[in-house]
Amino acid sequence: MRSVLGDRRAIAVLLGPALLVYTLVMLVPMGWSLGYTFFKGNVIEGFTFGGFGNFEKLWHDPQAHSALWFTFKYGIAVSAGQVFCGYVLALLYVFVLRRSSAVVRTLVFFPVILPTVAVALMFQKLFAVAPQNGLANIALEGLGLHHGDWFAGAGGSFIVLVLMDVWRSMGFYGVLIFAGLLDIPDETLESARLDGATGWRLIRHIVLPLSAPVLLSSIVFSINGTLKVFDSVLALTNGGPGSDTTPLTLYMFRTAFSYGDYGYGSTIASLLTVVCLGVTLIIFRFSRRDLTKG
Amino acid sequence: MTDTMTAPPRELLPSPRPATVRKPGHVRRLTRNLLVALLVVVEVTPLLWLVLSSFKTQSEFVNDPAWSLPSKWDLHNYADAWTTGHVAVYVRNSLLATAPSLALIIVLGTAAGFALEVMIWRGRHQVLLVFLVGIMVPSQMILLPLFRVYFQTGLSGTMWPLIITYTAVGLPLTVFMMATYFRAVPREIFEAATLDGAGMLTAFWRIGFPAVRNAVFTVALVQFFFIWNDLLISLTFTTDDDLRTIQVGLLNFTGQYGETAYGPLFAAISINVVGALVLYLLINQRIIKGLTAGAVKG
Repeated sequence: MRSVLGDRRAIAVLLGPALLVYTLVMLVPMGWSLGYTFFKGNVIEGFTFGGFGNFEKLWHDPQAHSALWFTFKYGIAVSAGQVFCGYVLALLYVFVLRRSSAVVRTLVFFPVILPTVAVALMFQKLFAVAPQNGLANIALEGLGLHHGDWFAGAGGSFIVLVLMDVWRSMGFYGVLIFAGLLDIPDETLESARLDGATGWRLIRHIVLPLSAPVLLSSIVFSINGTLKVFDSVLALTNGGPGSDTTPLTLYMFRTAFSYGDYGYGSTIASLLTVVCLGVTLIIFRFSRRDLTKG
Repeated sequence: MTDTMTAPPRELLPSPRPATVRKPGHVRRLTRNLLVALLVVVEVTPLLWLVLSSFKTQSEFVNDPAWSLPSKWDLHNYADAWTTGHVAVYVRNSLLATAPSLALIIVLGTAAGFALEVMIWRGRHQVLLVFLVGIMVPSQMILLPLFRVYFQTGLSGTMWPLIITYTAVGLPLTVFMMATYFRAVPREIFEAATLDGAGMLTAFWRIGFPAVRNAVFTVALVQFFFIWNDLLISLTFTTDDDLRTIQVGLLNFTGQYGETAYGPLFAAISINVVGALVLYLLINQRIIKGLTAGAVKG
């Protein structure tokens, strides 16, 4: 039987096309991009060899530093918001709404599938001050919290950006974590309740530890997505005011396509890749240590 | 899978959870209703406001407060956005880019997942790991070389750069998910099929593909939303105005239409939102089920 499942011709026919496309369009360009980091210039002006010049420039570039810092700040704020709100939603579905949660789940999930650009333009208008005060501003003023132009400063822009991305994606994490909570056996919850664990204590000592795996995959998923943020920033603030909300992705895009510096653009892209891989590995490390402790 | 297996006993038991609830019923119900009301307000209000605003006239945007209702209910803004705002062209372009990429991703990805999970050969784990790399590496890493190649081969003025790039970028996750789904299908089925004289290729097409039909649907949805909503790749490779996809078009909408045409802008955003809503109402059960069954257990 092994011979049938090991039929080489069939393997080649089935795997070949996908592997070929993946290699030519992703693996080769990845290596090629790494090669660019040693060059200056672009396709039109031609390339000159620059050694480690791009890396040195990156090391001393204040704009790259602020983009890196913004990427981390945004990644941590939005991931924390997404996973926390998702967890609260999942608890709500499982323990409060129970079987009637389907309708609410469907409703809260809807923004997940909306185009980011559409959502960003909508939030621009929600928080706008001209030509008319947006709905969010009107609601805040009704509560006695006056706020000027949100997009005039770095702080206001950042807050709207985080609010928007958490609003957009919490339904997704809600369903993801909900699925994980369903895997906790009823008997475990029941015996914990008989031992006197209810409410917050039940969640803290029973539900939270037992849902650690799904929580971990949510965090990895979330961090990986937020570090690569591009469309929501571009559409909401366009990186501004100034370059206050410019993440590495947008800085790379501008460097390569607006200033035509392929070499430096590739160097920024490589930094982003290293950050993504590094952060994922660090999370896995931490989680393993925690699991052995618990 | 586990869900459906444990469901019947849960229903049959005299529902153990409510018996241990310590809070009185009405406090519980009140908390529940308040939470749900808050969620509905947070989720629905912005979207409702968006659609209502799309009917307003320019003077209503400038003179009236944002919460006021439009005075007339005509589709003037929609007509403007659809024709002079080129939304029709953008939607067509998005369809032309999405449909072929999606078909390629599903066929190539499912076949590869089958070869990597069901078939037995040395090195298959390593190949799967190579695909995994593609999930984590940001797309920025492949943009510049691809831009250069598309430019030099003269593909830049066509839809091909988008189709090729979307297919490649969508493959890693698809291959990985498909391999996971095939894990649940016993290999014996395929061996039995070959005993009846079918080759492995026939076994894949006749048995393997139908066996993961539901998974194909889930993956197709995930990839559809990724491609349809993508901005980075479409912004990079559509140098031509006539080739703009809906996301790029929407992004440039204010620019080309003039900053002050609020009505058509709101209408263009609403077309996106309402389109997504219709699609979502048709398929939402399958999305959430697929996510629940596949994503975590993978």
